[in-house]
Amino acid sequence: MLNSEKNTKILLFLASLTIVLMASGMVLTLINGSIPIFKEFGINFIFSTKWNPTEGKEAYGALPFIAGTIITSIIAILICFPLAFSTSLFIGEYYRGKKLAKIVGTMVDMLAGIPSIVYGLWGFYVLRPLIVDLGFNSQGYGIFTAGIILAIMIIPYATSITTEIIMMVSNDLKEAGYSLGATRKDVILQIIIPNARSGIFSSYILAFGRALGETMAVTMLIGNTNIIPKSIFDTGNTMASVIANQFGEADGLKLSALIAIGLLLFVITGLINGTGKLLIRKLS
Amino acid sequence: MISLIIKTKKYLKGINTRILKNQIFAGVVFVFSFITISPIVLIIYKLISKGYKQINLAFFTEIAPDTYEAMIALGNNKIIPGGILNGITGTLLMVALASIIAIPIGLLIGIFLYENNKKKYANIVRDITDIIQGVPSIVLGLIAYFWVVKGITHGFSALAGSFALGVMMLPLIIRSTEETLKMIPETIKEAGLALGVPYHKIILRVLIPTGFSGLLTGILLAISRIIGETAPLMLTALGSMGVNYNIEKPTSAVPLLIWEFYNDPNMVDLIWSSSLILMIFVLILNLISKHIIAKKNN
Repeated sequence: MLNSEKNTKILLFLASLTIVLMASGMVLTLINGSIPIFKEFGINFIFSTKWNPTEGKEAYGALPFIAGTIITSIIAILICFPLAFSTSLFIGEYYRGKKLAKIVGTMVDMLAGIPSIVYGLWGFYVLRPLIVDLGFNSQGYGIFTAGIILAIMIIPYATSITTEIIMMVSNDLKEAGYSLGATRKDVILQIIIPNARSGIFSSYILAFGRALGETMAVTMLIGNTNIIPKSIFDTGNTMASVIANQFGEADGLKLSALIAIGLLLFVITGLINGTGKLLIRKLS
Repeated sequence: MISLIIKTKKYLKGINTRILKNQIFAGVVFVFSFITISPIVLIIYKLISKGYKQINLAFFTEIAPDTYEAMIALGNNKIIPGGILNGITGTLLMVALASIIAIPIGLLIGIFLYENNKKKYANIVRDITDIIQGVPSIVLGLIAYFWVVKGITHGFSALAGSFALGVMMLPLIIRSTEETLKMIPETIKEAGLALGVPYHKIILRVLIPTGFSGLLTGILLAISRIIGETAPLMLTALGSMGVNYNIEKPTSAVPLLIWEFYNDPNMVDLIWSSSLILMIFVLILNLISKHIIAKKNN
């Protein structure tokens, strides 16, 4: 009984230690698994565009996947921004506190609850035929189609943070604007946005980080070709989807290549998320 | 006199264009907001309109058909026999196991962060929690493959799938626990301490009961986030034809079944009903947690 205070503290500390050890273990496992591929190809693994698993002629380069991942995520964020930002204004400014804002907010939140594979199915059976009908692309697959689905998937993440930040802008400032005869548009563009700028920016960085790691929906729509896309309607592949697609039959050097791609994905998402979080922390 | 009228007209015109610009801006915002919420309606409509036909009792009590059975049913223009029982049981098994792994540790770490709020080590733990939350699920699948599939069960297994899902739940639970505890008035805790109650009893008798609804909401939302995960399960649980309760054996899950149906032209009709069931799971979890939050706020 005497030691129960101490025991509780020790238990809590040990629990916290598990997540620290787990995270370091993850990094070590990924590094350890990547050693063979970096031994074979060195730093070229990151910059090479060749991907050939045929035995004897094996060549592995991650650049097409890195490029595909970043390009699809950029397309997603470009499509997401006007939509999510308007919705944030709708919820946090135009209909602030009203029932309509609540309904719209709930519907946007529901987007976050849809599993990735269901987005993939919807993209495949609804969006892809639409892309074909519009004549963008004969098969409907590609980075553009994947980018649209990704944009829908990250909308709830971008919207929720931006809405909060827009609502934090002080009323005094806004009222000062209105009293000078500013219209709502002026207040939004000249008072709300400049004041909430860095918060909005960081919320889109976090949404970008989400887009980087999405797997299933992208795999079903991007076309899975191991080349660097040259136009917006080209097919491509991302880091997450190449792991999902090729892991089943992988061993030896190929397995190591996939793990190294996992490691790169871990590092890239970590950097992006870290930047976003750092910016948000600076704000508060 | 005339020049004054022209000036006034010009002035009014300026006001009118400003008002017009303001209205156009609002119009654009409303149209874009409408576009933003349309996918959720379209997706749910698609799931219901395409999926409801397949849903009957057998859908919940029978295992997934094989491709031959499905082909015969398709040939005779009947609905595909069988159901997704192996997926539902697999999902429940793995979610339960993931919860057993993640909830106790998550609560403890959340309490630890709350207790050591400003300390440097706590900030490191918080950063690591954020990092793990940001790790793509497919990478967690890779880790679970090496640690559990290779290291413990020596083959694809429910345990490996649960581990990957549990790691995904962990940061969500830690965060919600810390946030919930922060909302509890310090005085309640201090009253207990003043009475000389040992700290573990404060946790069990004061903090957890007071914050119970918040903690439960966090757990439910964490479950709703992982229940539809597919990618990490492809690398760990793999899937199985029958119902499996052995945690060391490959196991199916609803999202894994959807993936199998999607890849099999004979069974592709089953994707919508399975997705509908999965969505209903997620929605129920979300509704319950919204209900709890609403109740708490009243």
